[in-house]
Amino acid sequence: MSESAEVIAGVLIFLGTLISLISSVGLVRLPDVYTRSHAASKSSTVGVLFILIGTLLYFLISEGYFSIRLILGIVFVFLTAPVAAHVICRAAYRADVPLTQTSAEDELKEYFTVNEKQSGDSPSP
Amino acid sequence: MAFQILVNIIIAFMWMFLSESYTMPSFIAGFIWGLLLVLLLNRFIPGRFYGIRVVKILKLILIFMRELILSNLSILKLVYTPRPEIEPGIFALPLEVKSNWEITLLAHLITLTPGTLSVAVSDNNDILYIHAMDIDEVDESIKEIKNSFEKAILEVTR
Repeated sequence: MSESAEVIAGVLIFLGTLISLISSVGLVRLPDVYTRSHAASKSSTVGVLFILIGTLLYFLISEGYFSIRLILGIVFVFLTAPVAAHVICRAAYRADVPLTQTSAEDELKEYFTVNEKQSGDSPSP
Repeated sequence: MAFQILVNIIIAFMWMFLSESYTMPSFIAGFIWGLLLVLLLNRFIPGRFYGIRVVKILKLILIFMRELILSNLSILKLVYTPRPEIEPGIFALPLEVKSNWEITLLAHLITLTPGTLSVAVSDNNDILYIHAMDIDEVDESIKEIKNSFEKAILEVTR
């Protein structure tokens, strides 16, 4: 009983750490803020998700204890991580952080400049 | 929708009072009877039968899970290719969803799907600006987002 719990939890937590590792390698390797936040927002969310599910299943199977707090943790990570990525990207764009050299097109730039000219000191893309 | 759920819960409580057993199983039995009654008397209650909407929400969650796993595989592929030849860029997606709640949900789902990240929403809530990992397939990804997410969200809210 507890052996199967250990196997399941071990596999899930291993997957979670692997995905987190991929996420951090992506943070080092990718060229600019926006592509880095791709790696940071997706992979780390799913990494934490896998680790929390592994912990939940371990305590559920081996000790019969169902932890609602872990479920709440999963839900909150899911809700907040993409919003954080969105806000960081938006703040970076408004602080004129350039996109990487290989960038093909930038449709937000037109909107941003037009909007800034019209409304003076308070542009808000 | 909320009104129908409330009616259903009241019927479940009525069932508990009628059978004089105040337990969870009798609440569930009453809830199932109430579900049948709400389905039968759907013509007299405003709005669609709410069970349909619950099914659509579940479908949205399933789509979302699938896209999340696919996005992680694509990040994995990207991170471990020696010289990734990617062309990132920002493109505009014209929105069909109108209310703040729907736009928030759409931006959230887009951020967690492969190769896209929502950056900004225009002032009049008409356009969503999305940063894409590979700009080559913009038309395809617009079509994909429209077909999967926006349609699913519209089915839930309308």
